[in-house]
Amino acid sequence: MKNGKLMVAPAMLWLSIFFVIPLLIVVAVSFAGRTPYGQIIFEFTTDNYLRFLEPLYLQIFADTLIVAVITTVATIIMGYPLAYFIARLPKKWQQPGLILVMIPFWINFLIRSYAWVIILRTQGVVNTLLMKLGLIDQPLQMLYNDAAVMLGMIYALLPFMVLPIYVSIEQLDLRLLEAASDLGASPLTAFRKITLPLTMPGIAAGTILVFISSLGMFVVPDVMGGAKSALIGNLIQNQFLAARDWPFGSALSIVLAVMSLVLIILYYRALQSQEGGKADAKDVA
Amino acid sequence: MQTKFFMKGCDNKKMEEMIRLQGITKKYGNNLIIPNLDLTIYDGEFLTLLGPSGCGKTTLLRMIAGLDTPTTGKIYLDDEDVTNKPPYKRDVNMVFQHYALFPHMTVEENIKFGLMMKKVPAEEQKERVAQVLYLTQLEEFRNRRPQQMSGGQQQRVAIARALVNNPKVLLLDEPLGALDYQLRKNLQLELKNLQRGLGLTFIYVTHDQEEALTMSDRIVVMNKGVIEQDDDPDTIYHYPNTRFVAKFIGESNFFESDNETLVIRPEKLNLCPEYEDEAAEKTHPEPGYYGTVVDVVFYGTIDKVFIRLDNSNQTVVAYQYFDDVKRWSPDERVGIWWYAKDEVRVTR
Ligand SMILES: Nc1ncnc2c1ncn2[C@@H]1O[C@H](COP(=O)(O)OP(=O)(O)OP(=O)(O)O)[C@@H](O)[C@H]1O
Ligand SMILES: [Mg+2]
Repeated sequence: MKNGKLMVAPAMLWLSIFFVIPLLIVVAVSFAGRTPYGQIIFEFTTDNYLRFLEPLYLQIFADTLIVAVITTVATIIMGYPLAYFIARLPKKWQQPGLILVMIPFWINFLIRSYAWVIILRTQGVVNTLLMKLGLIDQPLQMLYNDAAVMLGMIYALLPFMVLPIYVSIEQLDLRLLEAASDLGASPLTAFRKITLPLTMPGIAAGTILVFISSLGMFVVPDVMGGAKSALIGNLIQNQFLAARDWPFGSALSIVLAVMSLVLIILYYRALQSQEGGKADAKDVA
Repeated sequence: MQTKFFMKGCDNKKMEEMIRLQGITKKYGNNLIIPNLDLTIYDGEFLTLLGPSGCGKTTLLRMIAGLDTPTTGKIYLDDEDVTNKPPYKRDVNMVFQHYALFPHMTVEENIKFGLMMKKVPAEEQKERVAQVLYLTQLEEFRNRRPQQMSGGQQQRVAIARALVNNPKVLLLDEPLGALDYQLRKNLQLELKNLQRGLGLTFIYVTHDQEEALTMSDRIVVMNKGVIEQDDDPDTIYHYPNTRFVAKFIGESNFFESDNETLVIRPEKLNLCPEYEDEAAEKTHPEPGYYGTVVDVVFYGTIDKVFIRLDNSNQTVVAYQYFDDVKRWSPDERVGIWWYAKDEVRVTR
């Protein structure tokens, strides 16, 4: 026991130096004030949080939520069939399938975002092709709008949905589907009644990953959304870099973090009530 | 011996075909599991498949349920060719060897599943579920999840979930294997009564010979995907066709001679002292073999007497009841005799 504690000590030390302490600093700064030139003044104030309630910021917050919800739903709709397909491949093809899903991770995300710009811009690959084919006369404006942001988000976060769903489908006991079929369930019904509920933990995990990641995303709106679209991620980034308003940026970060935490807690709650049926165990008596 | 009385007690009812397996073969890759099998199962029959592990019993049930398709051959259910019909369109239910209960549903929801699929009215669902819950003694567990139950309890849920559908044919793959003796005896009785009462057709797989002999109308003994013998329990026990059947069901003694093998059950072997007075000698057939008692084991109602035959290393076993004249002890010399009617000749 003592040994075990000793062995986790380095990890604990690492975590507290590089994770807990910075977090505490951010919390402290979020309650601090600042001079007009961006100097932090350590005095206790809740102004930074109250400022968040201004319509401008609430609007950005709402936009961010909407984008996150759409991204999540879209990645579920696209990711589930993909994950299902990979999980049902013959064993030797599953690994290559997963690697294909993960290959984009090997390239820096910023570079991948600029790749999309090259593809979609007015003199880009798609427009050039469509014009050469004579399908359009004028180049389409495909960048710097909400659709472009959505596209980038979905592209960036799809793997985070596919992987956990894949794991849950792969773990599903196929004999349960045989039993369902034996009891008169058509393949579609068996999917609805057996596969879907039993892979829900995978969907939930993917949802958490994608939703939280998209809340904090700033590269995509920056690169593909142009000046027009700002999400919370960009707002925070701006406070720390351009506006040099660290206290406000910190407050926004904390709001985001608390929201993510709440979501994760809700996720575990839901998971527990689904799995354990612990509440049902009353009648064990 | 060749006359088959499958359905004792219902001989006057016309025997209608329920399932016909015609020229079934099954390969998994290059493994030939079932070389060529023909079998007919009649309406209302309790048929047991008996055979060693891996002989293809589950494979056969799966093909009847539609979960596997035969490599060649045809399956008829109630005169309809169902060879290529998917499981959910066959009026057949299976109690899986591995239960396959739905982990995200309660016991009650598991049992109700089949009825919901068939869109049985809610009222009737309730009634039928209650009935099987009672039958399988699962009432107190109705709101539990499978993973909160013991193996035996889960097995009963699997039985209940299949039984509640009243299918034309119920396939039971070792449905009582995980239960304790008492519960097993109870459920054997309940299942048998139910099957007989409702006239259901059961295809039953078990490793328990006693279960097979007591419950079945007919027993099919399989070996490596081949039917060794297909008869009523009485015939299977008393007149095994092959060495394999004789060995597999009950204990047997084999006496080899030039070109045939005699099979004699231990309870049919009689023992006498090596030297007897003339009067006693005349009361029974002449001993065919002599030997020395090597061991006597007490089994409650019987003694098992193990005897090494003279001029061979073979040991045979005879059951002696306590009302027999004498209790034997090791190293005694004995003569072994039997009545000709108790001999069974097998050629392979
Ligand atoms: N999906 C499969 N792929 C390949 N081989 C299989 C498959 N299913 C079964 N087999 C093989 O077929 C043979 C028969 O299996 P089956 O499950 O029917 O045996 P069983 O008689 O039910 O045995 P047990 O009494 O142990 O349950 C076995 O040799 C098994 O290895
Ligand atoms: Mg089996």
